[in-house]
Parts: sequence; structure tokens; C-alpha cells
Amino acid sequence: MTDPLPAPHRPAYLDHAATTPMVPEAVAVLTEMLGRTGNPSSLHASGRAARRVVEESRELIAERLGARPSEVVFTSGGTEANNLAIKGLFWSRHAQDPARRRLLFSAIEHHALLDPVLWLGKEQGADVVTTAVDRDGIVRLDDLRRTIESDPGSIAAITTMWANNEMGSVQPVDEVVAMARPHGIPVHSDAVQAAGHLPLDFAASGLEAMTVTAHKLGGPIGVGALLAVRELELMPLLHGGGQERDVRSGTLGAPLIASFAAAVDVSVRRREAEATRLEQLRARLVEGLVELVPEAIVNGPADPALRLPHVAHVTFPGCDADAMLMLFDARGIEVSTGSACTAGVPQPSHVLLAMGYDEESASSSLRFSLGHTSAADDVDRVLAALPEVHARASAARAVRAR
Amino acid sequence: MTDAIQAPLYLDEAATTPVRRDVLEAMWPYLTGTFGNPSSHHEVGELARRALEDARRDVAAFLGARAAEVTFTSGGTEADNAAVKGIALASTRGRHVVVSAIEHPAVLESAAWLARQGFEVTEVPVDALGRVSVDALTAVLRDDTALVSIQHANNEVGTVQDVAALSALTAERGIPFHTDAVQSAGWLDLDVSRLGVQALSLSGHKLGAPKGVGVLWVGRRTPWEPLVHGGGQEDGRRSGTENVASAVGMAAAVRAPRPDPAGVTVLRDTFVARVLAEVPGAQLTGDPQHRLPGNASFVFPGRSGESILLDLERRGVVVSSGSACHAGSDEPSHVLTAMGLEREVAQTAVRFTFGSAVTSDLLATAADTVVSVLG
Repeated sequence: MTDPLPAPHRPAYLDHAATTPMVPEAVAVLTEMLGRTGNPSSLHASGRAARRVVEESRELIAERLGARPSEVVFTSGGTEANNLAIKGLFWSRHAQDPARRRLLFSAIEHHALLDPVLWLGKEQGADVVTTAVDRDGIVRLDDLRRTIESDPGSIAAITTMWANNEMGSVQPVDEVVAMARPHGIPVHSDAVQAAGHLPLDFAASGLEAMTVTAHKLGGPIGVGALLAVRELELMPLLHGGGQERDVRSGTLGAPLIASFAAAVDVSVRRREAEATRLEQLRARLVEGLVELVPEAIVNGPADPALRLPHVAHVTFPGCDADAMLMLFDARGIEVSTGSACTAGVPQPSHVLLAMGYDEESASSSLRFSLGHTSAADDVDRVLAALPEVHARASAARAVRAR
Repeated sequence: MTDAIQAPLYLDEAATTPVRRDVLEAMWPYLTGTFGNPSSHHEVGELARRALEDARRDVAAFLGARAAEVTFTSGGTEADNAAVKGIALASTRGRHVVVSAIEHPAVLESAAWLARQGFEVTEVPVDALGRVSVDALTAVLRDDTALVSIQHANNEVGTVQDVAALSALTAERGIPFHTDAVQSAGWLDLDVSRLGVQALSLSGHKLGAPKGVGVLWVGRRTPWEPLVHGGGQEDGRRSGTENVASAVGMAAAVRAPRPDPAGVTVLRDTFVARVLAEVPGAQLTGDPQHRLPGNASFVFPGRSGESILLDLERRGVVVSSGSACHAGSDEPSHVLTAMGLEREVAQTAVRFTFGSAVTSDLLATAADTVVSVLG
């Protein structure tokens, strides 16, 4: 089988927050499992074997993320898990008490959560309320407290991501849960970017629901999970055969699930050492960037405890980020202007705007994100290309401004 | 497993099929080297994007449709949910939905959800062979009917509907027609113009692609509301990072050579004739003529369906009682009871389903085993 990207042309890939290559352990499990058959709902031996793989994977993922096996609901990925969490919570809580119409969400949620929230507002009668963030991209607890306490009985659910995908800023999930708990309001967190990079313990978090996905931590695209406490009532998004304790119908893909479990296992076990390694690579990168382009601004929290170890978000004043992306790409270096889901859409990032940036700085920022295949050489290639890329992108902006 | 001396004979392909070797090989580069996110605007992302669009074209060609009308989903269940809920919710015709009584739970439960949202749902009955007649459908269509969803072929008894005749009725009235073609894919012509449908669902794992991928085709003139919201992938119709490897696998599966339906039908009929001749009381369920080639399903009144399955498996023949989704449940099949079978008789159902690997020798062995267990 030929590799479409032979080694000499292999790019320096600094876009791991968009998707990261599968770890070898996950590839091995996936390819081995794809060669077998079996519908986990069938009663015969091959069905039972597939079921066993699914249940063992469920146990492994639960153990590594501090949850009970019965709390793991497999989905086709993070977007579906977020849709299930927020629509399911809204529908169930609103059905129990029609006064519960408000959905509270942070201003920097990923589109996979933001869009279902806005849809509930537009089509299903939800009253959607944004919580503001500070200049570092962290939810303002004073703002959230005011919103909750103005009328706690009207709140159907609160959702706050664990760590932001563009900025890497880590959110005060513990405090949000503590504010919601006295009022019995369920809290969901999209932990897609945090899983595998930060220590996650679902039980200790006090959350009612949490989203994770495989392909951001070295597993395959097409599988994820919603962790949801058993007593949480969730109206399903996908109806049918009643798999996944009736919360999510559809035939379970044992190969995808087993591969996901392998990736969770590996990423959690290596997390501490990997975080230290990536933090050092990140330091090498941002120090180099600022040395070469002194006016560059590294955004997000400066305190390593408040940000992901592998993400660096940098503004290059006076530079067109899209031009820089293309110039880097032409040199075999792959970076991003933000979330891949909005890349190509000529809109400034809602995350940066929420943090108080103007459109000008939002359109001159790049995200560099590292991962398990990143090495010093990748960082050095960025730094070697930067002076020329920066000069040409500045010139492009200057020409356009005239 | 003392008496199982060789690999079991797997005759439950309607539940799931093994992943084809050529499908795995097509997917391999996208699981390893070309791992990009197709929404990323760099080279790795572009390669993934191109592979995804090639896959979309192949699937569109399989359906005789336009690529822009093909949406990749996480499977048949999601495709059915998106079609039934999505078309009904977007309809300006009204709030009445028609489904057949023998649909897969993915369609029936989506309709039940619509009923909770204030829709009126009518189940159109089937005859004793599991067929929906033109008269039966005509009788339930209304001015405010927003959608008709009738499967192409049944997963339990293999009965094939005359979708073209049924969709002609809805076309006259401007009602969108969805068909769940999960079971018929690979066996029957799925040209959407010839079927006359406006929406169609496929599942990868019934075609030799992996689990976790499916397709919803909706004609461009039929509006529908997406089920999964987010980053706006799949042209806004289905959010979530695109599963490129699985889409490539799906395309390889629809391109793959298929067994000759007429040949498999002959083998199947020989098998059915032997079981009916040599097992006292055995009855074929479903339509003897309008039937998927790879389906032979029976009831054995007076016997225990559960113990037949166990006895057959012990002797190396892997089959099922019907839908895998309902396996383990005491409830008789809704398909068989809708066809007029008594509950007790429906509980004795045994389904044999097979695909490209079937031979007359394999089916002869299966028939020998059935006769020795039940004869």
C-alpha cells in the first residue's frame, strides 16, 4: 500500500488540535478488528465477541476518565455527543418543567456546541444566554453567577467547555459546577480538546455530562462518547434499535470503539510525560517566534496551569493570517487560523471577538498546535520559514491597504 | 465448543457483513498517512478533502444521483433519523407522516418522536407476504402528508416493495418519498430516478464497509432540517469532522463487484425447498417472489426459536431470529405480527441471510444441519 505523502515531503504538521494522526496502538487495534465481523447486538458467538470488545472498551475508557462504564454513551464523535447533550438536556428538562427555558453557554464554545444551542433558540423555543469571557479566554464567573442567580428555576442546563480549541484556555469547570449544584442545574462540558492533555476525572468533576472524541487524542475519526451520569434524563437524538441504554441508537462499531479505547488508554497513561515534552516544544516555538518577530503577541493565559500544553495562539500585527497560512503551507508547514470547522469561512473567530479582540487582530492570528508526532525539527522548520513568510505576508497586507 | 470442528458458517449477513479486503485496502492510507481534517486549509487537509469528494461522486454514481445530494452519516440509523425527522420538520405541506408497519426501528422510532412533537403518524398495513399495496397506500395519503417512508426491502423476511409503483402515488401528490435501502443495497438496482424516490438511506456495514458510516441521499428539490448541528460540514447538512477513511471505504464497497442476484436466488430457492420439504411444519415467511436473493426466513410453529438458534450454532451454523437490534427480547417481531402471524408462531422465527461468499455446498451443509436439528 503506497503512502500518498512519502517521507521527504512529509509536512511539518502543527495542527494537531484540528485532528491528530492515530497512535500506532489505535491503528493496530482498528485494522485487526476490521478484519472480524459481528454485530454487538446479535446473540451468536461473533455477535457476543463484538459485544465483549465493546464492553471491555467501555470499561477501559471509563476507568481512564474517572467514570463508571454505565456512564459511557458511544456516539459518532464529539459533534454528535454535544448535540445529544445539549438538545437531550434541553428537551428533557423543559418537558419536566416548562419554566426551564434558559440555556447558559460560554461565549467561546466550539461550533459543535454553539450551533445546536443556537438551533434550540431559533427552532425550539430555548432562551439562549451567553456567559462572557475575559481577555485570556476564560469564563467570567461573576457574569455567570449573576445570570444564574437572577432566576435559577428558569435554567434548563449550563454548558462550559473544559479547554478552548483556539486559545487553549482552561475553564473553571469546578467553580461552574459549584455554582449550579445548589440549584440542581445540570452542567455539561465539551472536553474534546482537554482529553488526553489534561487530567480528567469525570466523577470528581461533578459534571452531569462530558463530551470526548477519539480523533483529537490519537484515535480514529467517527467515534466519540458522551459521559453522562445514570440519573440524568436525556432525550435521544438518534432513535431506533435502542442501543446504548436507549440514549443512542445505531449499530455500534466495535472496531472504532476498540481503537478509541486504545487511544484513550495510551494518551492518558502518557499524558504527564507528553505534556512536559510538548510544553518544552511550545516554549521553544513561542520564544523563537517572538525573537524573530518582536511585535508578535502570544494570546491566552500566560500561566501554564491555565492553558493547554500543546496550543500556541499568536497574533502577528499587520499580517494577513490567511496569507501566512498559505505561505507556510507552500513550504510544507501546516498551521491553522483557528478552528478547522470555520477555516475558509471569511469570518473573524467568535472566540477572539468574545475575548475583546478587534477584527483586525482576529484576522492576523495563527494557531500552532503540537501533538504526539511533533518533534524539535517541526518547530525549527517553522522558525526557519518565519522571517520570509512574515515579510511577504506583511507586504501583502500593506499592498491591500493602499 | 467440542463439536465445532471448523470455522462457523456465518449466515447472518443481514445483521452485519465482514469488511471486504478491497475496502480495507482503500481505507488504509486515510487511517495512517493522509489523516488530515478535510476542513483544514493545508495540504494534508486538501488531500483528505479530495478523497472525500471522490467518495461522494462514487456513491452518487451508484445511486444515479448528483454528488451534491449525497451526505455521509454515522450509519443507517442516523440516515433514517435525519430523513424522517428532517424532511417532516422542514415540510410546509403539513404534519402527517406515513410509514409502513414493518419498517426498521430507526424509521419507526423516528416517527414516534415526531408524534411526540405533534405530528400524526399513520402506519400503512402490509399483506401476509409483507407487501404494501398501491391501494393500501392510496387510502392513507392526505393533503397534509409531509412524508412517506417505506423500506425497499425488509431486514427480517426479505420482502421487496414495489417502490416505483408506490412512489408514483406520492409523486402525483407532491409528497416526498423516503426509502430505507439498507438491506437492498448490493442486490437491487438503486437508481433513484427509476425508484422515483426523493430520499434514500444506506448503511456501510451491510455492504462490506465498516460500521460507523452510512449515506443519506436527498434530492435537491426536497428541503430537510439537519439532525446534527455544528461546524457546518457536509454543506451544512451534517456537522462533525468528516470520517474520510470510512467514506472512502463506503465508496469502495459500492464500487465492488456484486454476486449475481439470479444465481444466488437459485441457490436460495433450493435451500428453501429442502427445508420446507424435510422439516415438518416449516413455513417460509415473506414473499417467495419479491424477495432479497440472500434471505431465507422461516417459522417453525410449535418449536422454540431460541433453542433452534442455539442448536444450530452449536453445530457451526450462525443465524438469527430476525433483527439483531431486538435480539434478546421476548417480544415477537413487529414485522411478523404485522404480516398476520400469531405471536407464538412469530417467536419461532429463524432467519438465514447470506452474501457474496455463499455456494451451493455451503447451503447444502446448512440445510443438512437444519434438517438434523429439526427434521
